[in-house]
Amino acid sequence: MSTTVAQVGRHEAPVERSRVRGRVALTVRYALLILFVLVFLIPVYVLLATSFKPLTEADPSQAWNLPQIWTFEAWRVAWEKLSPGLWNSVLLAVPGSLISAMLGSMNGYVLSKWRFPGADLVFTLFLFGMFIPYQGVMIPLVQLMVNLDIYGDIPGLILAHVVYGIPICTLIFRNYYVTIPDELIEASRVDGATMLRTYRSVILPVSGPAFAVVIIWQFTSLWNDFLFAVFLTGPQSWPATVLLNNIAGAQATPYSQQMAAAILASVPTMIVYVLLGRFFMRGLMAGALKG
Amino acid sequence: MRSVRRWLPGLLLVSPSIVAIAVFVYGMLGWNFRLAMTDKHDEISEGQFVGLTNFVELWDQPRWTISVNHAIVFTIVFVLGALLLGLLLAFLMEKGIKGEGTFRAIYLFPMAVSFVATGIVWRWLMNAGQDERAVGLNRLFDGLGLDFLQWQWFRDPDWGMAAMAIPAIWQMSGYVMALFLAGFRGVPEELREAARVDGCNEWRVYRYIVLPYLRPVTLSALIILGHISLKVFDLIVAVAGKQIITDVPAVFMWVAVFDSHDPAKGATIAAYIVLSVTVFVVPYLIWSVRKERKERRS
Repeated sequence: MSTTVAQVGRHEAPVERSRVRGRVALTVRYALLILFVLVFLIPVYVLLATSFKPLTEADPSQAWNLPQIWTFEAWRVAWEKLSPGLWNSVLLAVPGSLISAMLGSMNGYVLSKWRFPGADLVFTLFLFGMFIPYQGVMIPLVQLMVNLDIYGDIPGLILAHVVYGIPICTLIFRNYYVTIPDELIEASRVDGATMLRTYRSVILPVSGPAFAVVIIWQFTSLWNDFLFAVFLTGPQSWPATVLLNNIAGAQATPYSQQMAAAILASVPTMIVYVLLGRFFMRGLMAGALKG
Repeated sequence: MRSVRRWLPGLLLVSPSIVAIAVFVYGMLGWNFRLAMTDKHDEISEGQFVGLTNFVELWDQPRWTISVNHAIVFTIVFVLGALLLGLLLAFLMEKGIKGEGTFRAIYLFPMAVSFVATGIVWRWLMNAGQDERAVGLNRLFDGLGLDFLQWQWFRDPDWGMAAMAIPAIWQMSGYVMALFLAGFRGVPEELREAARVDGCNEWRVYRYIVLPYLRPVTLSALIILGHISLKVFDLIVAVAGKQIITDVPAVFMWVAVFDSHDPAKGATIAAYIVLSVTVFVVPYLIWSVRKERKERRS
């Protein structure tokens, strides 16, 4: 009897100790995670707080305070200045991402289910296209577009984004289609269906998630792009990023307007992120090969 | 004959993309290299072939060596910073915690915003003004009694580029976290359990079981961060414009094309950027294609 008690006692002590240690570790975990959340949100606070401040509160001594008087004035001015760019970005990103998704879907289908000799080599060469720094093609691209007389306008910019988006879109669709059983394609083939018919009746109906991932990926990269836009567009066709950079770069623009404009330019992608974050995540993981 | 009929339609369907990639990726890269080997230093001249002269002479220009140094400092701080912070965040979350979805969403949201927009906030946060004139983080440090932490940020002549890496770390470490989190979750629980039964403490479980599993993810993360870093452009322009003090090759190239109107010089800088990315991306691509093929066979 006494031995049992002693044994139980001896066993209980370490269990108790490790439970306490586990609880401490968990608390530290949460504390650190919450600390990082606060650090990550500092820029968000600054954006919001500053954008609602009237000019009278622009003094450095009040830099971190919430506005005493909340005003939409900066937002109104920022909207006026930025709206042409926002509209250009819509005209760029919506058609651009849809065309990219269509192309990527067909390429991915062929490269996973209707392979031709050399398909692997083609795919590898595509992949490299994903990594090239676009600076390396920019000067010839400008030259070509000038020669073709499509320089400085939105269609030319869409063309560039669609072409340089082929690799990533193809990759995402191919990796998605690989999971569809080959037997389905074979069955369709045996029934005498052509390649395009099989695409329409077998592949397309199950492609929804991949389309969501690619459209979101391309929409975000087209909306946020600055490099292509700054090289390929002129004042009439500047998308939101270029216009935003010009507005914020002007010394005379007060901080409140800069911040309001920055928020306005980020709203569409933020909405996409909040509503469709799940697909955004998947695009990121598929793009683990790309930045 | 039957087999040709079998694969030909597929090739036809992909051929527009093949042509586009051939022309716009490989053709233009080649065109750019050819331009870099001419003396077309203004927009009207024809440009004679001069071999590698431009590639050599670039190193005599102080602005070029400055921008290369900047890119190196930026790359080291950014890659290490984002990698370590991402790993730490993933490590804190990997065993599953309440509200994981919310934490992830917050750490990842900067990825959805453009460098231009975040550059505007960070320019304010990293304003060089101090004491009475301070805004941004310097003002925050001042208010918290941490005045000694105030500094010039990206205007610091020696370590300015390290400051410039901070917004990039803020933007990308959530992504690295997501990659590592997937890596952590890929470690079979039985393996960890077996190691524990064999008497390993948690530290040794991480050291000998988990970390080796994370190697491929770490490599992917390194490649992604590295190639973003070598071509960094938007962020620098949004935070500091085209000042020499924060110059990097991509910004220098932009200046060469639009301000100096020197196509050959711009092409040479671009060629160097491409080469710097290629030397580590090509081996990586070959490695991952081979790995995938091996997995498909087994």
